[in-house]
Amino acid sequence: MDTGHRRVGDQPWVRRTLIGIALLVALFMLVIPVVVIFAEAFSAGWSTFAGNVTDEYTVHAIGLTLFVAALTVPLNLVFGTALAWSVTRFRFPGRKLLITLIDIPFAVSPVIAGLLYLLLYGRNGWLGGWLASHDVQLMFSWPGIVMVTVFVTCPFVARELIPLMQQQGSEEEEAGVVLGASGWRIFRKITLPNIKWALIYGVVLTNARAVGEFGAVSVVSGNVRGETNTLPLHVELLYQDYNVVGAFASASLLAAIAMLTLVVKAFVEWRQSRPIVSTPEKEVS
Amino acid sequence: MSITIDQISKTFGRFHALRDVALDIPEGKLTALLGPSGSGKTTLLRIIAGLESSDSGRILFGGEDVSNLHVRDRNIGFVFQHYALFRHLTVAENIAFGLESLPRKQRPSKAEIRQRVEKLLEMIQLPQLADRYPAQLSGGQKQRVALARALATQPRILLLDEPFGALDAKVRKDLRRWLRALHDEFHFTSIFVTHDQEEALELSDQVVVMSQGQVEQVNTPTELYAKPESRFVFDFLGHVNVLSGAVKNQKLAQGDAWVSLPGHRSEQEAQLYLRPHEVHLARAPSVHARLPLRIDAVSLIGSEVRIELVPEGWHSEEIWEIGMSHNEFAQQNPSRGELWFAVPDVGHLFSGDNSQPKTVDWQYAEAANACNM
Amino acid sequence: MSASANSGVAPVRRFSGRSKRVLPGFGLSLGISLFFVSLVLLLPLSGLVVETSGMSWDQFWFTITDPRVVESYKVTLWTAFAASVFNGFFGLLLAWILVRYEFPGKRIVDAFVDLPFALPTAVAGITLATLFAQNGWYGQWLAKLGIEVAFTPLGIVVAMAFTSIPFVVRTVQPVLEELSPADEEAAVSLGASDGRVFRKVIFPSLWPALVTGVALSFTRSLGEFGAIIFIAGNTPYVSEVTSLMVFIRLQEYDYAAASAIASVVLLASLVLLFAINLWQGRYLRRLEGR
Repeated sequence: MDTGHRRVGDQPWVRRTLIGIALLVALFMLVIPVVVIFAEAFSAGWSTFAGNVTDEYTVHAIGLTLFVAALTVPLNLVFGTALAWSVTRFRFPGRKLLITLIDIPFAVSPVIAGLLYLLLYGRNGWLGGWLASHDVQLMFSWPGIVMVTVFVTCPFVARELIPLMQQQGSEEEEAGVVLGASGWRIFRKITLPNIKWALIYGVVLTNARAVGEFGAVSVVSGNVRGETNTLPLHVELLYQDYNVVGAFASASLLAAIAMLTLVVKAFVEWRQSRPIVSTPEKEVS
Repeated sequence: MSITIDQISKTFGRFHALRDVALDIPEGKLTALLGPSGSGKTTLLRIIAGLESSDSGRILFGGEDVSNLHVRDRNIGFVFQHYALFRHLTVAENIAFGLESLPRKQRPSKAEIRQRVEKLLEMIQLPQLADRYPAQLSGGQKQRVALARALATQPRILLLDEPFGALDAKVRKDLRRWLRALHDEFHFTSIFVTHDQEEALELSDQVVVMSQGQVEQVNTPTELYAKPESRFVFDFLGHVNVLSGAVKNQKLAQGDAWVSLPGHRSEQEAQLYLRPHEVHLARAPSVHARLPLRIDAVSLIGSEVRIELVPEGWHSEEIWEIGMSHNEFAQQNPSRGELWFAVPDVGHLFSGDNSQPKTVDWQYAEAANACNM
Repeated sequence: MSASANSGVAPVRRFSGRSKRVLPGFGLSLGISLFFVSLVLLLPLSGLVVETSGMSWDQFWFTITDPRVVESYKVTLWTAFAASVFNGFFGLLLAWILVRYEFPGKRIVDAFVDLPFALPTAVAGITLATLFAQNGWYGQWLAKLGIEVAFTPLGIVVAMAFTSIPFVVRTVQPVLEELSPADEEAAVSLGASDGRVFRKVIFPSLWPALVTGVALSFTRSLGEFGAIIFIAGNTPYVSEVTSLMVFIRLQEYDYAAASAIASVVLLASLVLLFAINLWQGRYLRRLEGR
């Protein structure tokens, strides 16, 4: 009866079969698609790729995308950190509701996210009408793109921080208070080093989603080439124009950011699983 | 600096953590808050520190009301149960943290801080570990660092939450002795929370026994052990052997067991509490007591032989425990399975609803009898 | 606080039973959070309510029960269901091998699981469309088997499965890691077969997480847009998802109709989201014995 294994599924044939199937699924579902992106991007040669990437409209799309991300990420960084601090360090009525509320962008279709903003700030919207009378146009221009991107990406930093900060507890911060440290000093010297890596991953993920948002942005952008076209919209435009190689050239830039995100995540997980040893980045105080 | 706790109450939801607790903590003494989990001892400590606020009542430090003073401004040292060392700071940086947090005007110079930290490191006997991180320290070392960190700003009050709870027995004993020595040297007012009665009795000048959010008894360790004022304190401080039954004709009886209570007139339900050292074993019942017990286990380790017994022909909720010197043990050689009789020398009688016990001394009675004969 | 400390008079309590916060920053952090949540999340949501409440009930009902829209609900629901069942199965498999076994390249596979989170949906869309096109890497082989994926509802399933598989893996993985080997060893030592141990010991602790993961995957699939539109072909009555219907109504500048349809989808998603949160809270409480 004793087959020599200790846990379920540890027999060699079970293990090999399961690993085999799973790796095939991972290969076809996750790995080959990435390969295809780069293969298509470079299918017409390096110079075509370079030409596609340095195309006037592409360059503008890259610039706009980076600009949007540069505004979105800091906003969500502040929001995510503040939210995580308030829900993990204090008890107050409505705390659970607040944690659920920030998941809304996960559940809402990006198209609907765009629609929500269009309804509110569009020319016929009840805020948009008032803004229009003051000559402020948010929709179909870059502020609208930033606004929906903030909406879509706002859960990421908080979602990374909340479980970690909950697990770490607030004893260290309490010790800091007893020792007379100010709020800012506690945050900078105690909390921040403890959550640094999760924060970095949260930021990287926010950034990846910010540069890649498509549905919500396509609703509010107006798709004016060279004006309100972000990189994902540009990919779509080129693809609809049957410029597949061009579309994939731009797509490969976005895929590169995605890959970088995965690398950062792997690194962060490796850092967090390691106890603090000897003398890493010693800060001069 | 003395601490006065004035009618403190605290509830968490429906749970009454503390009910009208009033207490005086004398200056310069080491006081233990002793109680089982859920007795409110940690909550009380955190309220004294200002880490928790009470629903009603006041906390006074040296006569000054600090109830509304923020933790930061109370100038106390606090040692957390799990140390709460800053994991991303070195040992030296941990210890220096409080000094560096002082307002600029009061903050010592960098050189001075370094000196103070070095001194503290020497005091905790860990100068070689200054540049280590908390994760690289043993439990005992972490505890010392936590203490040094709490003492760095020279607080007049030191509060410790289960300071030895997470340590193994050997380290715990060493650290206890060391903390006592430290306290005797610096004489700050200290309060520590513990659920370990041995620790409380050994270490403190004054013990506060707490139960269900209330103070049961306050006294010095010796007095407390000798004169527990309630069933709870009796039960909680060390092992106790109990005979519960009904009093009739100046005898407390239950099943086959009885104990004479000379001069005890009232007839009602009563419990006789006997410490292991207040009873001895004999092969036959004595004139004033018949307590048949069968030996269940014999433990030889320690300065005394500890014998565990089960009642024979009567009932006790907990096992009986009787101590015996190794010398005596060698002579009498009691072994497992044998039937013996317990002979009480001194006992404490709780009768009816009376929470205060009455001490019964048969030795004295016997000695008197012997003289008469 | 200092004001009341200096007030001299010493009544029993000046804070009327309200607890003071020990850690700093409660007002600031909660203030920022509430301001942000109100401005970014709740205000726009109220805009939708205002827009739809401007419609008459008949008008609203007519819009959301338009045959083409109803067909899109059906397509969205069954494709999302199919995709999440697929993910429930293969997500569990992936989580299982990542937790239970050691094999070369494990770290890389683990990292790749998050790819769908990190890859822009439009990029995923054109990539899948290219792979499954008639002359694509996958499409040409599937064509020989008579299976068409691109420009059919099957394409929608593929796109949904791709974008939402990490939800299942990342929900199940930590629970698998927490499973105690002792329980299994005990069962195996009692002579239970592997299949029995899996059904009786492992699965009971696993399924709440699996259900959560599949539900998250389903919710995400209901709203997916970018990855789908490139591969679905978007044929009316056949392969149009509801997000696309909203988008089409917007392109027609029919904001009222778009809002009406959106409110249906939004309500469904929010109900699902709250249900998942409640469910998660309940089974976590049970596991932690609180």
